[in-house]
Amino acid sequence: MTTTSLTLSRTEPEWRLPGRGRIGMSALIVAEAAIFTIFVVAYLFYIGQSLSGPTPREVLSPPYFYTFCLLSSSLTIHFASRSLRRSNLRSFGAWWLLTITLGAIFLYGTASEWHRLIYTDGLTISTNLFGTTYYSLVGLHGFHVVVGLVCLSTVMVFALFGAVKQGHAERIDVLSLYWHFVDAVWIVVFTVVYVIGR
Amino acid sequence: MSTESIAWPSTTAASPSFVDRLHEWIVTVDHKRLGILYIVYALIFLVIGGVEATVMRIQLIRPHNDFVSPEVFNRMFTMHGTTMIFFVAMPVLFGFANYLIPLMIGARDMAFPRLNAFGFWMTAFGGLLLYFSLVGANGLYGAGNAPDVGWFAYAPLTSQTFSVGHSTDFWTLALLVSGFGSISTAINIVATILCLRCPGMTLAKMPLFAWLNFVMAGLVILAVSPLTAAQIMLLLDRYLGAHFFDTQAGGSAVIWMHFFWIFGHPEVYVLVLPAFAFASEIIPVFSRKAIFGYPVMVGATVAIGFISMSVWAHHMFTVGMGANVNTFFVISTMAIAVPTGIKIFNWLATIWGGKIEFKTPMLFCIAFLFQFLIAGLTGVMMSAAPFDWQLGNSYFVVAHFHYVIVGGILFTLFAAFYYWFPKMSGKMYSEPLGKLHFWLFLIGFHLTFDFMHVPGLLGMPRRIYTYEPGRGWDTWNLIVTIGVFFQTAGILAFLGNLLWSYYRGKAAGSDPWDAWTLEWSTNSPPPAYNFAVIPTVKSRRPLWDLKHPDDPDWKYE
Repeated sequence: MTTTSLTLSRTEPEWRLPGRGRIGMSALIVAEAAIFTIFVVAYLFYIGQSLSGPTPREVLSPPYFYTFCLLSSSLTIHFASRSLRRSNLRSFGAWWLLTITLGAIFLYGTASEWHRLIYTDGLTISTNLFGTTYYSLVGLHGFHVVVGLVCLSTVMVFALFGAVKQGHAERIDVLSLYWHFVDAVWIVVFTVVYVIGR
Repeated sequence: MSTESIAWPSTTAASPSFVDRLHEWIVTVDHKRLGILYIVYALIFLVIGGVEATVMRIQLIRPHNDFVSPEVFNRMFTMHGTTMIFFVAMPVLFGFANYLIPLMIGARDMAFPRLNAFGFWMTAFGGLLLYFSLVGANGLYGAGNAPDVGWFAYAPLTSQTFSVGHSTDFWTLALLVSGFGSISTAINIVATILCLRCPGMTLAKMPLFAWLNFVMAGLVILAVSPLTAAQIMLLLDRYLGAHFFDTQAGGSAVIWMHFFWIFGHPEVYVLVLPAFAFASEIIPVFSRKAIFGYPVMVGATVAIGFISMSVWAHHMFTVGMGANVNTFFVISTMAIAVPTGIKIFNWLATIWGGKIEFKTPMLFCIAFLFQFLIAGLTGVMMSAAPFDWQLGNSYFVVAHFHYVIVGGILFTLFAAFYYWFPKMSGKMYSEPLGKLHFWLFLIGFHLTFDFMHVPGLLGMPRRIYTYEPGRGWDTWNLIVTIGVFFQTAGILAFLGNLLWSYYRGKAAGSDPWDAWTLEWSTNSPPPAYNFAVIPTVKSRRPLWDLKHPDDPDWKYE
């Protein structure tokens, strides 16, 4: 028995399987994508079905600047994790902080848009079908940005106390997978809400 | 003081107090303990859901019966369906998956043990929320009531206008919360299978049990998430005045049906794939042959997974979706029968020429083969849209899906209980009691669900609380209800067997069935670390290789 297993390890390549973090996060992303799909389908299905105003064309304008911020945060988090892999902790902290800032700016953008829609244009979730689908889809995405920011900030706190080391690069990569997903979803939401939906 | 501190550790070492043991179970992250928690939890709800079914059948035993009021009847069928699917079938299948997958692939635990505990407690909390509606649905100032909107809760019945009080909210929240639990468990199963297989176990050498549960977990991820999304929308409608399913504001009631059934039909396969998994492990062992056509079985499983995502609207033929949509779903529904049929033939070919041992698990599996075939045939009948227009929402449909869920899934589940009970408890079950359970339940099942097809064909709709005499439904309903009592007796024999064997059964040993998968290579019950040494495998039947070094499987695979 022992001899057979010895010959096995000599003749066959080393036994390597993917990391559980990466696989687990990918599976979570698939599940989240399915949830978003249903909200996107609802949005597309109800375009132009509202019985009363305001309509998307009257009140929405594409948030180019905030979109730019969110999408570029994908780039900065990539640089952050690359710095960590090279054990450049100072540069990691800087890129990580920049990522959080960009995410926060995006969230501010959503908040100010919602404030304007509610108080100036009188659009709430119960106004019409547009309001219903708009707030739920954009809100669901915003919720994911908030969750992402909470996770990123937790890492930031650890980094400030010097607890994030090169050895954590794999975990940071897993977290950045989630952040990339949040950004990718925004591309879909932007297309559906501000391009097709208007 | 000092005498106390000396006495204390010696007593705990002898036998930990009840509180300590309870604490151990509550904080556990061990996949085996969580598996057993899932299973015991599901058995409790099985009894509750069974009582609800019995109440309905007693009400329908004769025309104009007044055993329960129409309102109570509505609550009974809603709670029965919701309980059985979400708090019996899914937890018990997750329990077996949790317990067996790490053992079968030679791992020491699931990929994320704490996420595993989270998944169980979310599911448990969901079940409690559902039943808390019985006291809390009116907001705790009076007698509450249970949800009564049916297990698929069609709009606009769920709107504030038609569902006053909080019963529908409890239903929604229960499904939402247990859905989070299901998704996290599914993620865990996928990660465990992809990342923790022991050396040598390539995907092509994995036990079929792991393969089928892998596809099942993928389906949970893809199918339960839409349900979660739909429940969020329903909550937004009910609490924030959104209009997703509000036809008065241009919303659509039909889109709820789509969202529900895009979960609901893959859900059937989420439940049946683990049943196939049990059959695929048990039938070869009791036929003393390796499974026939392993690669085809895997291919058919993956095919079922894919096709099951595109058949949901066959639940909606009577809605009037138009000829093109109907045709698509007729064809996709008929197509899914092909990989399923392939599986039946493979199991038959496994039995063919084998040295069959008619132990209780095998008996349940053989009954499963026949019953699942019939269930599949009535399924193909109803996949034809015109036939469905005639029989949609009738007792024929109820008979069909109970044939799948009871005749297919529950029978293999009983087989699994008897097959793995020696491993989980270390004790052998009582074979005579097991056979008694089998025959009682077989007779009860056929009395109830064979004869239930007939009133359906005669036009009896589902979910009616009573009916007029003289429509030719009376005798059939009487027979159907009589069957329930046989089934109840069978369940009592089953539960009695589990309890008696747990306390009084004789020791089973690590490998009572002379089986071939890795879980039988460790002790019964397995130690917390599963394997002292992580095994290395060279074929699909590692224990066969170990027992027959002169003629190992890996020479032929």
